[in-house]
Amino acid sequence: MQLSFKAASRKNGAATLAELPAGTEAVIDRLDLPEDLAARLMELGFIPGHAVTAARSAPGGDPRVFRVDGAEIALRRETARHILLRKTRPDELVPRQA
Amino acid sequence: MSSCHGKPEAAVASPAERQAPPRLVALIGPPNSGKTTLFNRLTGLRQKVANFPGVTVEHHIGKAHLPGHHDVDIIDLPGIYSLNPRSEDEQVTFDVLHGRMPGLRRPDGVILILDSTNLQRHLPLAAAVLSLRLPTLVVLNMADELRQRGGGVDTEALANRLGAPVVLVSAATGEGVKSVAQFLTGGIAVPRVVELPVLQDVPACRQWARKVSHGARYTHPAPPVWTRRLDSAFLHPFWGPVIFAAVVVAVFQSIFSWARPLMEAVQALVTASGELMRATLPAGWLRSLMVDGVWGGVGSVVVFLPQILLLFLFIAMLEDSGYLARAALIADRTMARVGLQGKSFIPLLSAYACAVPAIMATRTIENRRDRIATILIAPFMTCSARLPVYTLIIAAFIPERPFLGPLLGTRAAAMLGLYLLGFLAAVATAKVLKSSVLRSERTPFVLEMPPYRMPTLAGIGLRLWDRALAFLKRAGTVILGVSVLLWVLASVPTVNGQAPPIEQSLAGTLGRAIEPLIRPLGFNWKIGIGLITSLAAREVIVGTLGTIYGMDPDHNSAGLQAALQQDLTLAGAVALLVFFAFAMQCMSTLAVVRRETGSWKWPAIQFLYMGSLAYVSAWVAHWLLS
Repeated sequence: MQLSFKAASRKNGAATLAELPAGTEAVIDRLDLPEDLAARLMELGFIPGHAVTAARSAPGGDPRVFRVDGAEIALRRETARHILLRKTRPDELVPRQA
Repeated sequence: MSSCHGKPEAAVASPAERQAPPRLVALIGPPNSGKTTLFNRLTGLRQKVANFPGVTVEHHIGKAHLPGHHDVDIIDLPGIYSLNPRSEDEQVTFDVLHGRMPGLRRPDGVILILDSTNLQRHLPLAAAVLSLRLPTLVVLNMADELRQRGGGVDTEALANRLGAPVVLVSAATGEGVKSVAQFLTGGIAVPRVVELPVLQDVPACRQWARKVSHGARYTHPAPPVWTRRLDSAFLHPFWGPVIFAAVVVAVFQSIFSWARPLMEAVQALVTASGELMRATLPAGWLRSLMVDGVWGGVGSVVVFLPQILLLFLFIAMLEDSGYLARAALIADRTMARVGLQGKSFIPLLSAYACAVPAIMATRTIENRRDRIATILIAPFMTCSARLPVYTLIIAAFIPERPFLGPLLGTRAAAMLGLYLLGFLAAVATAKVLKSSVLRSERTPFVLEMPPYRMPTLAGIGLRLWDRALAFLKRAGTVILGVSVLLWVLASVPTVNGQAPPIEQSLAGTLGRAIEPLIRPLGFNWKIGIGLITSLAAREVIVGTLGTIYGMDPDHNSAGLQAALQQDLTLAGAVALLVFFAFAMQCMSTLAVVRRETGSWKWPAIQFLYMGSLAYVSAWVAHWLLS
């Protein structure tokens, strides 16, 4: 497996997935969602500590496609805003699969 | 990496205690892993659809015919991400694998199919399946795509870590499929005991998956470049919706213009064979039954086969290419406005082909109220059974002229208008339902966007074949039955041993009996007979009118269209179109709604609601135009 290292970014100050601008990457901190939905999202790759990238969206910006774990999953804003992102520390590096 | 070049190879976990070859194998895997493609490869056309009693999911069971070996039954199960039964799909898979499905014995083998371009992500499902301790074969699909995008995996090392044999295949190209068949004949073993994570602990499962794929020297393929490029167009804020609309218009226009020569060819065939029958059979009741009853009824419906196949071709291409998921994404906001979600869009789109599979596809909707709302509005979408009716009436009453430039003619525009009418009725009904009896919390929309893939000829061909058989079977059963019944009703009581004039026959009497009820809509008793018979299935009215006018000496020589022009005014024709747009005339749909919702309550409500809406709207249309 090839690893490239990229700083986990919250440069833009995004605190939740809903605020993450398209094309940027961040690290998931926790899922503030009902247990069933949280488990389902984790199976799909939205796991605390894992990287997520915001990609394209439907016209109007909602729902948006997120890249996790090599797959693209679409979520509505109302779900994405309950997925909290980790604060960036300069020393924190996130392994990302190239 | 070596295993990714040259011939696909199979790696066997050792030591493997060989078992007797399996007889019933469950095929499971995540969505978009190519399960159905592999299923079709293994079973060819020898498949049957099985409904398990008490559950709402339809499965395909196919026979894999292995040379020099007994046949193996293969069950194609719904795509799942895990074995924690949370949705109905997962519950079904869970029950089948544990032998708890009534009427089905426990499978004695499992083919677990995983997308090799997404191996690490799909491995947690492998952990869940291996822990069942059923003889398991792991199939890594999409070998060609993995190679193209520069990824690779050591199947032998993976087999060692999973304790089960691993084959790398490409179901789409057929590469490596032979080795799957070899495993089926040679027998698969119960997986060797290997270290598995606690299944409920998702992060631990991921950790395990990472470790296993590391050990199998798995190289991630490069991101799908073409998917990104296509998405930048298809999900473009401006061009995305424009392309979406263009696709819809193109589909409708081509159903009309491309299908025409094919339909004319089938029509010529039907007419010629009818004439041949008339010439060979001796005059009498048998000739009348065969030529006027059977051939007149069935033949006039069979003519629409090319058009229906063309529609299914487009839907299959949209689905197989991956565009449908993008369409659901684009549609989500609109769907949210009427209280539904993007996932309802996929069943609703397939309802354009037929409401029956559409209603079964609603099982992916987790929220029961959303699901019932989707079931109730699905029959408003213009299904392919309405096509013959619409085509006939439009061709008879609307002259063909350019409408929006040369691209869209008046007839296609009229058809598009009818599609729109059905859609608006569906949307309005959804809005009413979701803000009253079926009100619920907004359910989350979570949908995986599969990479774009080129639809394969084999995959689409097989589905079209399936649909053609289903359509012809319907023509040979329901429509044949109704045609014969109608012929009998139109032939009694006999006058001096001859068939009576149609007005004096039993069918004519029935039609006249309901005439006062339908007169305000601009329909006469002949259309009335058609409305009665079309309660079985919409397209039956075309066959019925064929039979009625075929038997009516006044119209014998005139084509069906010309005959209709004498019996219907333009206002009546429009009213008839509107009636068919809204009315619930389909036994199969009512039966499937009963099965999916578990009682007669919803189908009864649906039938009455759609029927009253159809009657009132047809009356309004007739009143406005005359």
